[in-house]
Amino acid sequence: MKVVIIGGGVIGTLIARLLSFYEADVTLIEKENDVGWGVTKANSGIVHAGYDDEPETLRAKLVVPGNEMYSQLSKDLDFPMQRVGSHVLAFSDEEVKILEELYKRGERNGVKGLKILSREEVLSMVPKVNPDVKASLYAPTAGIVVPWRVAIGASDNFVKNGGKLVLGERVVDIIASGGRVRKVVTDKNEYKADLVINAAGLFADEIAEMAGAEVMPIHPRKGEYILLDTQEYTPSVLFPTPSRGTKGTLVLPTLSENTLIGPNAVDLSPDEKNDVSTTSEGLKEIYESAKRLVPSIKLDEVLRTFAGLRPESPQRDFFIRESEGVWGFINVAAIRSPGLTAAPAIAEYVVEDIIQQRLKIHLEKKKSYVKSVKQIKKVSNMSLDEWAELVKKDEKFGNVVCMCWRITEGEIVEAIRRGARTLDSVKFRTGAMCGACQGGRCAIKIAKIISRETGIPLEEILTNSDGSNFVVGKVRI
Amino acid sequence: MLVVGAGAAGMAAAKGASEKGAHVLLVDNEEWIGGILQQCIHNGFGVHRYKKELTGPEFAAELKSEIPSDVEVKTGTFAHEIVPNEKRAILVSREGIEEVSYESLVYATGARERTFQSLMVPGTRPAGIYTAGQAQRLINIEGYLPGKRALVLGSGDVGLIMARRMYLEGMEVVGVVERLPYPGGLRRNVKQCLEDFDIPLYLSHTVIRVEGYPRLEKVIVAKVDGNFRPIPGTEREFHVDTLVVSVGLIPVKKLVADFVKVRSGVLVSSSGQTSVDSIFAAGNVTTIFDLVDYVAKEGEKAGRSAALLAKGEFRGERLPIRKGKGVKILHPEWYDPSVPLSVYLRVEKPMEKALIRVGKYEIEAEDLTPAEMVNVDVEPPCESEVSVSVTEV
Repeated sequence: MKVVIIGGGVIGTLIARLLSFYEADVTLIEKENDVGWGVTKANSGIVHAGYDDEPETLRAKLVVPGNEMYSQLSKDLDFPMQRVGSHVLAFSDEEVKILEELYKRGERNGVKGLKILSREEVLSMVPKVNPDVKASLYAPTAGIVVPWRVAIGASDNFVKNGGKLVLGERVVDIIASGGRVRKVVTDKNEYKADLVINAAGLFADEIAEMAGAEVMPIHPRKGEYILLDTQEYTPSVLFPTPSRGTKGTLVLPTLSENTLIGPNAVDLSPDEKNDVSTTSEGLKEIYESAKRLVPSIKLDEVLRTFAGLRPESPQRDFFIRESEGVWGFINVAAIRSPGLTAAPAIAEYVVEDIIQQRLKIHLEKKKSYVKSVKQIKKVSNMSLDEWAELVKKDEKFGNVVCMCWRITEGEIVEAIRRGARTLDSVKFRTGAMCGACQGGRCAIKIAKIISRETGIPLEEILTNSDGSNFVVGKVRI
Repeated sequence: MLVVGAGAAGMAAAKGASEKGAHVLLVDNEEWIGGILQQCIHNGFGVHRYKKELTGPEFAAELKSEIPSDVEVKTGTFAHEIVPNEKRAILVSREGIEEVSYESLVYATGARERTFQSLMVPGTRPAGIYTAGQAQRLINIEGYLPGKRALVLGSGDVGLIMARRMYLEGMEVVGVVERLPYPGGLRRNVKQCLEDFDIPLYLSHTVIRVEGYPRLEKVIVAKVDGNFRPIPGTEREFHVDTLVVSVGLIPVKKLVADFVKVRSGVLVSSSGQTSVDSIFAAGNVTTIFDLVDYVAKEGEKAGRSAALLAKGEFRGERLPIRKGKGVKILHPEWYDPSVPLSVYLRVEKPMEKALIRVGKYEIEAEDLTPAEMVNVDVEPPCESEVSVSVTEV
């Protein structure tokens, strides 16, 4: 059976990984030059506890199992995760009432360990929180991850099991005849398909339309963020009390010892799916909102700002189902928040509930497959003895290229060996260029290493997407 | 003695220390010594130290020739950790990881550039935005062009020099944008890098937005008021594929910041000594200097002091230097009566004629601007604390 998955975000890669355990010929097509560069790369990176989702929704059904699956998944795919816990902060009696509702909802959703904390308890756990706080809903199961590392791990696992990963091809048509899918056409190739899984994120409605399948209209909701080069503000995730269907602007620690503040929520029109620009109003708004949670936050240690888009649909729920009109086409669309959290459960839901039960396709497990991979080992996480051993084996691990985060040439070469061809691919696999100088000192060296290892001329090395060449030509001679 | 960083400060420190009889190990993470000088192929270096105008690489070569041959030099070597109370450091190179002990250490890691990302300018995050030093390395060392049509943000010396450099390489340079009402770099650089090539300088302007993805297409610039707030209605667009950003340098003090006193840079005495007796620092890691000649002078002094300390011949006093009226930036933090006192300062506002007071000494000066660092050398004042002020006369 030939399966084509469209979209290499956390959803597409995790489905691909799961399917790679079975006897099936699976191809994952991603329009960008690497996995995880769309919705996956620009969000809060939180594994939510699962108390905000209305119990009747698919979100509520998948969020708590998804959260629980992260413990095993982070071991299997070797990405860091920390259950740092989260607080929803209440600053008025009305907000305290909302916390109580969230608490009840959380219990119904099966969230474990929820507690309503007093002002003093919150202050002792988060000393820099706004002292006007009245109470918090504390969820110890909430965690933080680096979302692109999830997609990279899943995709590596998929490829290791024989899956075919196609990068840099855009799906332009899906051929269906006789009531079922037949073929996926990209700008470069054609792929025969018995089953097409639409995990195209913001573009899932356009993909469904190509197939003539049911469409859930999708519009982007922009969220802007500011990343600060300090972790002094909070040890766990801080939310305001939610309103208007958004979780509001958060303050949270990241796994790279930074603090992230954001997002806001600005609805864009469906033709603005590529607009990830930041705005001065938006950045001001999130800073003001963040200061309500932690008044001492300052903007003197800004690493960078960015914006991401979440795929929203009118029904505000995931749209995951097989097409009724076109057999073999499965929508995994409108994966809004908490999509990252639900992702592992979504993958299981697609493979077990939809493909095997509803479409009645029997999948046979492969005789041999792996369900775990090792991501690139960082010398900065090693003991000196381990690091020294590694340098003895390969001197490249003794050449520190990224001085901010101490990433060696050895780690960069390993990323290239695993398929990285662009600066961002190296960045997301190794952490190089993420530090205080943002690649100011090492991007040149990394571009040269990619060029040397792959034979691609330096003028053709990209920062990320096609057209983002790092240099444009040689100087006059 | 260990010297970390082999730019101008580190090389001079190695020289000074070795001449005082210390056994010196000089390490640098780059494959060469000379640091950032090697990519500064323009001239103007060495007027004070060598009484002639040199290029960066020439200055580095002169300084290198002054280093006695018994100094051990290790390039491609990264200082991973310094353990101050045990006086040892961990060095990483292709040859392996080694631990070295030192009697005294000179920390001379220089500065890095402030990034465009940290300025929170709204817009896209396209390719085509480079720091000036990055563009300089690309062109002068690697031999590649960053783009075709460029705007420069920041009129510090590196920004001005890069505007000219890109022009000379055949790139179109549409202007230099500076948010201050006066240029950030030396006057001679404004003349020689911009005016001589008809490159416009937009004072009291800043970048308010960048557009284009994945490559930069447009930069929107506006005039700013006295508080650097953009004035609505003054926006203008530049269609460029390259933005070169020169918005300041930040001392790289990470490795020692946990145990020596720091402000924006590592705080030192006039001898180069930090708040930890066995650790000295010099160059841009202490404060951002205008001239490499100053950096070399301070490096050499730190090296000598560190060598004397290693021999037990250095007392190391740190008496306070107070920042008085009219002074915006003052270096060093303390003074040591056992060495001549070199004071470096930046004035708060431009002054035509001024009187600089350093303790009991009074020095007349002309044509002071905040953009140009003033260096005053005096004999140790032998006062329990020294105050430095500048008054217009």
